Amino acid sequence: MTSLAASTADLTPLLVICGYMSLLVVLGITTARLFKGTAADYFVVSRSVGSFFMLMSIFGTTMTGFAIVGSSGKAYSTGIGVYGLMASWSGLIHSACFFLIGIRMWAVGKRYGYMTQCEYFRERFESPALGYILFPILVLLVIPYLLVGVIGAGKAIQPITSGAFPDLFPVLRPDGTPNPALHGGIPPWLGMLAVCLIVLFYVFAGGLRGAVWANVFQTLVFMATGIVAFFIIANRLGGLQAASQAVADHADASARLARTGQIGYAQFFTYCLIPLSVGMFPHLFQHWLTARHARSFKLTVVAHPICIAIVWAPCIMIGIWAAGKFGTNIPDANTVLGRMVNQLVHLPWLSGLLGAGILAAIMSSLDSQFMCIGTMFTRDIVVRVVGKHRFTDREMIWLARGFIVAIVAVTYVLALLLQKGTHVFDLGVWCFSGFASLFPLAFVAVYWRRATKAGAIACVVTTAVVWTALFVHDMIEKQKLPPGQDEELLIAGLMPVTFIFAASVASLVIVSLLTRPPATATLGKFFPALTPEAESNPRG
Amino acid sequence: MDKPPHPSRHVIWLAFWLLFLLHQDVWFWSDRTLVLGVVPIGLAYHVGYSFAAATLWYAATRWAWPSEIEDWAEMPTTSATEGPRS
Repeated sequence: MTSLAASTADLTPLLVICGYMSLLVVLGITTARLFKGTAADYFVVSRSVGSFFMLMSIFGTTMTGFAIVGSSGKAYSTGIGVYGLMASWSGLIHSACFFLIGIRMWAVGKRYGYMTQCEYFRERFESPALGYILFPILVLLVIPYLLVGVIGAGKAIQPITSGAFPDLFPVLRPDGTPNPALHGGIPPWLGMLAVCLIVLFYVFAGGLRGAVWANVFQTLVFMATGIVAFFIIANRLGGLQAASQAVADHADASARLARTGQIGYAQFFTYCLIPLSVGMFPHLFQHWLTARHARSFKLTVVAHPICIAIVWAPCIMIGIWAAGKFGTNIPDANTVLGRMVNQLVHLPWLSGLLGAGILAAIMSSLDSQFMCIGTMFTRDIVVRVVGKHRFTDREMIWLARGFIVAIVAVTYVLALLLQKGTHVFDLGVWCFSGFASLFPLAFVAVYWRRATKAGAIACVVTTAVVWTALFVHDMIEKQKLPPGQDEELLIAGLMPVTFIFAASVASLVIVSLLTRPPATATLGKFFPALTPEAESNPRG
Repeated sequence: MDKPPHPSRHVIWLAFWLLFLLHQDVWFWSDRTLVLGVVPIGLAYHVGYSFAAATLWYAATRWAWPSEIEDWAEMPTTSATEGPRS
């Protein structure tokens, strides 16, 4: 008798994932009921988010699927150094950005009612043109980031749900036999569609509050996933010491225990520029604006490095253990976490939890990105052109919802078209490089009075040109590589972001010094003199 | 938002740059020692680094917190050049 589904064990991972998605729908309905109906509530949660929710939503937004799948895959292929490359640098630099930039952006946002970066930069630099130049660049940098998430979600769901519907979704090898890793799994087009619709639902209904609440839940899910998978996999490998000793005893895998031959000194150092990207992420900027007080940032600043360690360290260990267990010849390193769970552990519920954890990490970034693009189109284009007082709050909210639906649809179609040929995780580092190279703009906006609008425009244009040239070069070179192989572009041993960042700083500083400084009134607005009482009685 | 920094802030930023330099742990680059027989020493160092960063940032929130910024943000806008808050 032909059946659409296989055994209960094959359905369990899918059921766990469906359970996770259902909880997100419930959260969406709940946040919709809490919605106050104002633009401020929809776009920035009425600036009411407290410390814990701030920590969870910001951490969830900054962690992508790379934090679980990519980290273990990179550790498998290049060893423990990936933790130092990304995790420990991010722990130091992200918190520095929140402390140095985030708090100040929150303050000007609260005082002057900004909801997007373009609104702020336009007034800070007295330049409507800057807003119109910056807007498409920010959107174009976010779109690949969206694609990384959506494509990654589709690719993650299929192997985890393999065996669920063998007749409905067959995946056969060239010789006609089923591919056991994928046969019967939810196909990427359907997985991507489900992810897009779920995220769309709770963002559409609850606005940024929906994203914040979902992020809290999702962050707890993906933090738990890594820890649970770590201990169960260790148990299956004979214990923590046995698992690590197997790596040390393996002729090829033992190199993963150190960095020699895996990562260069200069590459390791210049990776410090990548985490600066959080200083210019438009979706993170919007999250900063949700803080109830400046002190709502404190827990985020302190706990962010620890949260990163909790997620990354177990995944790094799983990656190097995979090298000790399976050898170092798996062609697609991003599949090692799934292999360790499916081939070693044989616990369908853990496979499902892993799937939910990966989706949680992906979706906790997607929701904020969809939300911020909808907000930007509404406030930086429509409202800017037509006039703020032409719209009621209700009309502005429905405009944003319309844009969010449109951007989700465009992203889904692009993901369908690009999913097969894209080196998904490589795009992520390029996105970060673009935003990191725009970081000087954010920094001088809050600290350097002498920065001018010409300097700001030169910075943005220079960054766009240099980034595009290096990105196109890298993509052309990567087309020559087989899928699954990713060699990072280095220039004289340094990350490309080094040169883009240098060009950005040089253009910003040189052009600023050669052009007229901002008006005194503008400087007074953004660099106010503070009272002696506040200085002598700092609140700790 | 540009008052002269409190002296403790200088200490915090000195600690930040020291930690920044300590990230480049060349002394563990080729070391394959397993700490407690489990964690490669290079990874253990950087996990410890993450906790050191958290400690640094706790100190920053405790002794270098820009509380004047919060006071400024909470003040009502009075100038015609300052837009409405929402």
